[in-house]
Amino acid sequence: MRNEKVIDRSAYKKPVKANRLFTFSRKQLCIPYGLFLVMFVVIPLLLIVYFAFTGEDGSFTFSNFIRFFSDTTKLSTLFISVLVALAVTVICLIVAYPVALILSKMKGNVAMIFLLLFITPMWINFVLRAMAMKELLSLLSLPLGNMANLIGLTYDFLPFMIMPLYSTLIKMDRSLEEAAHDLGAGKVKVFTKVTLPLSVPGIISGAMMVFLPVMSCYVVTDTFSGSTGFTVIGKLIAWSFLGEGGTLADIHGGATISLVMLIIMFVTMIATGGFKNENNARGTNL
Amino acid sequence: MKKFLSFLYVIIVLAFVYVPILILVFYSFSSGKTTGNFEVFSFKWYSKLGEIKDVVLNTVVLAVVSSAIATILGTLGAIGIFYSKGKFGKTVNGISQIPVVNSEVVTACALVMLFMALGFAHRSMFGVYVGHVILTTPFVVLSVMPKLKQMDGSLYEAALDLGATPTQALFKVILPEILPGILSGFMLAITLSLDDYIITATLSPLSFDTISTAVYKSIALTTEKASEKIPIYRALTTIIFLLTVLVVILNASVKKRNRKGEVK
Amino acid sequence: MVDKTQDKIIELVNINRTFEDGVVAVDNFNFYVRRGEFVTFLGPSGCGKTTTLRMIAGFDKPTSGQILLNGKDISNLPPNQRPINTVFQRYALFPHLNVYENIAFGLKLKKYKVTYQDEKGKQFTKIEKLSKKEISAKVEKVLKMVDLEGFEKRGVATLSGGQQQRVAIARALVNEPEILLLDEPLGALDLKMRKDMQLELKEMHKKLGITFIYVTHDQEEALTMSDTILVMKDGIIQQIGTPTDIYNEPKNSFVANFIGESNIFSGTMVGEKKARFIGSTFDCVDDFPKNEKVDIVVRPEDVVLLDEDKGQVKGKIISSIFKGVHYEMVMKVGKTEVVIQSTVERKVGESVSINIAPDNIHVMAKEFSSNKYDGYITKKNTVCFGDGEFECDVTKLYPGSILDEEGYLITAEGEKIDLTDVDVDVEVGLKDIEISDDADLGGAIGNIVSIIYKGDHYQLIVRTDENEEDFVLDTEDTWNENDRVSVIIPKEKIKISLKQEIKR
Repeated sequence: MRNEKVIDRSAYKKPVKANRLFTFSRKQLCIPYGLFLVMFVVIPLLLIVYFAFTGEDGSFTFSNFIRFFSDTTKLSTLFISVLVALAVTVICLIVAYPVALILSKMKGNVAMIFLLLFITPMWINFVLRAMAMKELLSLLSLPLGNMANLIGLTYDFLPFMIMPLYSTLIKMDRSLEEAAHDLGAGKVKVFTKVTLPLSVPGIISGAMMVFLPVMSCYVVTDTFSGSTGFTVIGKLIAWSFLGEGGTLADIHGGATISLVMLIIMFVTMIATGGFKNENNARGTNL
Repeated sequence: MKKFLSFLYVIIVLAFVYVPILILVFYSFSSGKTTGNFEVFSFKWYSKLGEIKDVVLNTVVLAVVSSAIATILGTLGAIGIFYSKGKFGKTVNGISQIPVVNSEVVTACALVMLFMALGFAHRSMFGVYVGHVILTTPFVVLSVMPKLKQMDGSLYEAALDLGATPTQALFKVILPEILPGILSGFMLAITLSLDDYIITATLSPLSFDTISTAVYKSIALTTEKASEKIPIYRALTTIIFLLTVLVVILNASVKKRNRKGEVK
Repeated sequence: MVDKTQDKIIELVNINRTFEDGVVAVDNFNFYVRRGEFVTFLGPSGCGKTTTLRMIAGFDKPTSGQILLNGKDISNLPPNQRPINTVFQRYALFPHLNVYENIAFGLKLKKYKVTYQDEKGKQFTKIEKLSKKEISAKVEKVLKMVDLEGFEKRGVATLSGGQQQRVAIARALVNEPEILLLDEPLGALDLKMRKDMQLELKEMHKKLGITFIYVTHDQEEALTMSDTILVMKDGIIQQIGTPTDIYNEPKNSFVANFIGESNIFSGTMVGEKKARFIGSTFDCVDDFPKNEKVDIVVRPEDVVLLDEDKGQVKGKIISSIFKGVHYEMVMKVGKTEVVIQSTVERKVGESVSINIAPDNIHVMAKEFSSNKYDGYITKKNTVCFGDGEFECDVTKLYPGSILDEEGYLITAEGEKIDLTDVDVDVEVGLKDIEISDDADLGGAIGNIVSIIYKGDHYQLIVRTDENEEDFVLDTEDTWNENDRVSVIIPKEKIKISLKQEIKR
């Protein structure tokens, strides 16, 4: 046994490092993420621009754009993509809005149960869901093609429309509707003058969740179009890069279509003010 | 009457959502290969799940690992963005939103160009992981940010005041405080990664398949050989569906209990 | 005898803090706090009190100057290295920890350098943390002190405001800080809770003997609790003193006004310990040079209300409000209003009179930085004030405006305004006034009533005949008292501002 006794005990403070470089600041925590973003988001985007405006020999050219805009098949695919995306967005909105409105007016546990019922399928892989819908269509002996494409896209994207609409409507101050009623507005007027305008942010973010992804979601159109149905612009991009067998093909052509997609995206975002919108369907946590 | 009609409407939409899945579940117990013709009740396809074991494993490992990286990167990023008040934070936050709104095809193809420009193989496991981290990190940032905003601004200072170093304050106070946001960001990252098709299809080595890419090959390509595995995927869907329902019920009941446990 | 320098626990030397946006939050602070003192920083929001506290705690760094703790500069020491703990405004309790864990937070981080001696007499040192037992003993002790025994396992969110407050205090005190900083800690509590906590904090301070630095905007709180009060305004220390000093002998009209209710009158010394205000000459106890302009502070409770004819100054009651214990009445004397507190009610409209005892009249030197007058604009766009008429630049009233040929003002937005008879505030600097023997040169005429030599210049007061308006000016020329002079003010030196927006 060692016999030790304490003869002094004093507060100990680690000496401060003189070099301020090594003391950490909370701001600096985003440096790794910032570098990651520059490397894998900013530079690749710049590369898209670079490849879109250069030819095989690396010289500056507009020929990629001329090639794209003179190719009627590609142009019509772009046109159809936008049209289809719009159509799917509108169908989803028409189907989802009443659902979201009804759910938002339900009370307590019932609302909770229905909400969970709508959320649950979102966790099943969307290719598996496409498969399920395809099986149903074949069971009903509906042929593959344009109609099947629209049904498939609506089926896969519907939940993404319901969630942002619901979260906007549930946050809405109900007394506003009552106030409109009180001021003499009928039920229809209350809806068109109060409820609908106030839910516009939800409509926008829901539309964002559907419109842009539909244009690139070639998995679904590949599944449902059969030999007659349309395809979307995303397919063209993927094929330009990968060809059929998955080998690199037309980088410059692919970059050009990507740039066109990026421009469509920016135009849509600016038109809807979606950049400010944090109300994201996928971000809905329950 | 009006109430009944609106109830009916919700039921019809729910049917639209659930009927395809339930049909899949139903026929997964049929010994036959095709739907519409229930031969004999059997677990035949379930016993064959071993054939797609690798695909499932690939999917899960990719999802968990990339989400873990995304969660660390995104959490640190969110804290950094939140506390840097100047243009720097705003810029990082802005760039961070690009992959959220950008279409996955463009994100994936832009990465292909980067790897090409760097002289790397354009298909690699590294590429798939980078792609998934890019795809999911912004959502982690979006989940963590509100928790930081809700947090009492003095907590960090209080920790320093009580003798914690900045690192200790981060681990003992800030991180526990925003933990719910980090966890939901992680869960969100996992679901996004599980759901991804395009990034994996574009960037992964040709021999690497996840559930998305494997099922795509079976349903989009109409060859006899490709559709061979569809019945097994029915069994897989059934299992995933049941697991999801289970998690949802558990989650809901835990939340309910927590709510009851709160002292008013 | 205690050495005075040893007694200072913390001292701020020439402390300045300018924010990134250029706002000066703290302007050249110099003060010290004695060991064991209860010091309060008092002032309206934005006065720099919280910034000062944050610099002492280490959350903010002074732009220049030194903070000395026990004589050593700690300006660059991070907060976790300072033996100072803070009770935050909204408590800042860690929501993920329970009461015990919150209080033990600081203790668990503490390290000690322990020197041991073995049997052979060899000494060695180890860095050690506190044992679980020691921590738990300390936490129990402090919980007992704040009356929260048995609350260890409770989540902080389940506590009431007052209980959270106690946990916050316990969490800071358990670290045995040399100084406890409290940043408006009672702000979130209701009135009754607040009164109780005030007493409790005072009691705690007495018992523990550590230094408390307390920040508040509530003057009553400051007066009840503190040994010393620092009154601040706009980043400048206005007065440092005991509560009694500050209440009874406010250094300037801001302090007088901020600390309790008071009547502040403009007056003049008319003789030895004689001050003239509200149209009457009062005996007082403060001595100032004759003819000096002074501010006079009289607390409403010190005004003695009497029947008409019995008091020194007569007036009429124009308002009367019952305040629970007393009535608060306003009496009008000429143009001046006097606030009076009395337990006896006088009806509105009643003629009354008042007396004020000499020792209740507090006379303060008026700090003359500029002459201020009420004036109005004439038809000719000149300004009348101080019994005179002066040329002025009326376009200054509206930025970007011009005058048209008819003398109407055209604003930047193109609106046409007639300025005739518009009331304005007029301000003229002491150095901007010239005087001349030639009566026709200036805008006003008066006699020099006072000449004070200020070291390198004279400060003169020119008083007009009609309304006894005073012009105070600095000049290097020599003049004689009772010289009759005219007052000249250059057009561009007259600062005018609208008393209220002109109705258009």
